[in-house]
Amino acid sequence: MDPTQSTHVISLLVNNKPGVLIRISLVFARRGYNIDSLVVSPGNDERFSRMTITAKGDPKILDQIIKQLNKVVDVIHAVDHTGEVVVERELALIKLHVPADKRAEIFQIVEHFRGETADLSKNSMTLQITGKSEKIDAMMSLLDQYQIHEMVRTGKIIMARGDLDT
Amino acid sequence: MQAKTCTGAEAIIDGLQQQGVEHIFGYPGGANIPIFDALLDSSINLVLCRHEQGGSHMADGYARVKGKAGVVLVTSGPGATNTITGVMTAMMDSIPMVVICGQTIRANLGLDAFQEADVSGISFPVVKHSYLIKDVNDIPRVIKEAFHLAESGRPGPVLIDVPKDISTMEFTPNWQVELDLPGFTVPTYADDAAVARVADMLHEAKRPLLMVGHGAVISDAGRAIMQLVEKMQIPVCSTLLGKGCFPETHELSVGMLGMHGTGYANFTVMECDLIMSIGSRWDDRIVGKAEVFCEHAKRIHIDIDPAEEGKMIKVHEFLLGDAKTVIEQINTVVEPGDTKKWLAQVAKWKKQYKLKYKKQGGLRAEYVLDRLDALMQGECVVTTDVGQHQMWAAQFCKATHHNYWLSSGGAGTMGYGFPAAIGGALAAPGVTTVAVVGDGGFQMTLCELSTAMLQKLPVKVIILNNSFLGMVRQWQDLFFEKRYSGVDMEGNPDFVKLAEAYGATGLRIKRAADVDKILKKAFDTPGTVVVDAVVEKEDNVYPMVPSGLPYTAMLLEPPKHKLEKPPGST
Repeated sequence: MDPTQSTHVISLLVNNKPGVLIRISLVFARRGYNIDSLVVSPGNDERFSRMTITAKGDPKILDQIIKQLNKVVDVIHAVDHTGEVVVERELALIKLHVPADKRAEIFQIVEHFRGETADLSKNSMTLQITGKSEKIDAMMSLLDQYQIHEMVRTGKIIMARGDLDT
Repeated sequence: MQAKTCTGAEAIIDGLQQQGVEHIFGYPGGANIPIFDALLDSSINLVLCRHEQGGSHMADGYARVKGKAGVVLVTSGPGATNTITGVMTAMMDSIPMVVICGQTIRANLGLDAFQEADVSGISFPVVKHSYLIKDVNDIPRVIKEAFHLAESGRPGPVLIDVPKDISTMEFTPNWQVELDLPGFTVPTYADDAAVARVADMLHEAKRPLLMVGHGAVISDAGRAIMQLVEKMQIPVCSTLLGKGCFPETHELSVGMLGMHGTGYANFTVMECDLIMSIGSRWDDRIVGKAEVFCEHAKRIHIDIDPAEEGKMIKVHEFLLGDAKTVIEQINTVVEPGDTKKWLAQVAKWKKQYKLKYKKQGGLRAEYVLDRLDALMQGECVVTTDVGQHQMWAAQFCKATHHNYWLSSGGAGTMGYGFPAAIGGALAAPGVTTVAVVGDGGFQMTLCELSTAMLQKLPVKVIILNNSFLGMVRQWQDLFFEKRYSGVDMEGNPDFVKLAEAYGATGLRIKRAADVDKILKKAFDTPGTVVVDAVVEKEDNVYPMVPSGLPYTAMLLEPPKHKLEKPPGST
């Protein structure tokens, strides 16, 4: 990996209004950051939304990006959680085309990762797994040997541990 | 009692009047007819521009002189997009502005309706904030928020897109509504402990220097800075946009620093052991090669925008707050200083590197400005366009009022100077306003001569006419083996006849001997006057620190050897 590139997880509390997402993504694009994943959901207060953004780029300018994000009027706050101890989750759905005789092996893998089968048909099975992104990566690498038809990941969401605010 | 109903358009105009708006710079079109209709019944003066870009620069000029938001009213689609250059100019220079755009009816949004453009979308990168009003009841809150956002903290432009069916809809406005801006806070005073550390640094410094930027102008920090300077005996340099906040006629002023700063300002920068920026963002035109700028000096930065901390250069102390408030805080904890030796050195540089220019040959632009400065005595609002004349004006016209110097610094927008002078003149009734422009930039917005005439404004346009796009030609001269490309302004009109065609007075200067006489005539003639000063075609601006190079690379005069292409941008 390019040493000038590193991955960061940023959480934002933003106004729940149209156009906010564009204003935020513009800040990343202008400084050459690529957004790897982005999760938006309504907050417990309906006026605000939560965003968790995983982005890759030069760490030297990330600090500047966080400040620029905080300057956007619709952003209540933006925080970089990289390196902090946080609760982190992601969910993935994986559809495999597998003949019936291979299914037992796959069930074993699913069980090991505490995943589940979300859908089963004559020629395919759809698996569901939740956990840290690394756990999903690990399961994917084991499933690589089978015929993966489709894969969807939600992107990472995080929450600060203990009494701390995210 | 029954609450009073009105249309959306009437509420907008009512809201503007509540904000104390005196002038609207605007141009009508299908989508804003209802707002223009409501304007008829208000006390607000409509300044009908000839092109929306000009209108937006007028609002900018008005805002810089007045210290309050300038208001622009344009129609949808092309009307709105024509303002974008002016909005970007305002954004780059932190100018408070509220731009109200007509928009197609809500049902047509996104359907490629006639004169429809996603204007709020287009505006995102160049505004402080923008609104698309979808509910008529939001009008009171949006107007209040727009002015609050535009004028507080680090100022900037705010755009409001108003669909036509919102303007015509009847409703009962609630003006008691509160602002709803949970994501917007305005820093005021700096942390006391940090102020104390800065005071220690100021006490320890042997060769301190203040750099006064636009933030100091905006917060009206001039008096506080004067107190600090006179108490501690610190010399002061000014950025292009900071000119006038600390009077350039003061003996401790060294004038403008940077790419085309005075030699003595730049030597002071090179030799200081402490530099304190008051509301400057260490722009690339100021720092040259950022990594080595004042590398051996203590660097202090006062700014109201937290995103400026560490953006361009690393500083030893960052004071977040309003420039005036922070300087007043510093003033309460600093002791008088002894800088005699340092000031003697600065005075020596002032003599040794005095601004100079050729006197022989044709008419010199610098001479015109030198004489203009003598005539103005710092008592005129001065605007510039962008290019060589801008830098010469910055060098030779000494600003003494914090809000009398208007120039497009960050954006470098050609066409800015003349319309900005119209706005400036409206904000300072009774004050003569001088627009120093080049023959290139003036032609971008000269249609506003109609506007100046209609408003009967004492705007004196001084064209430093070298029939070239002089600054680009200078770069081609220095860095591109004199291969001139696209810079010859062959085809220029006769500016005197042009002025006369608009009903203005046109005058021409061709010889140095006529400069005083004709400038005086321009000032004595009431109303709008255009002076065409036909100057030497190929003079270059010096001193010059080529873009992206350290100050040690400063050229005080034309180089005797070929120069490498500079590493910095433009």
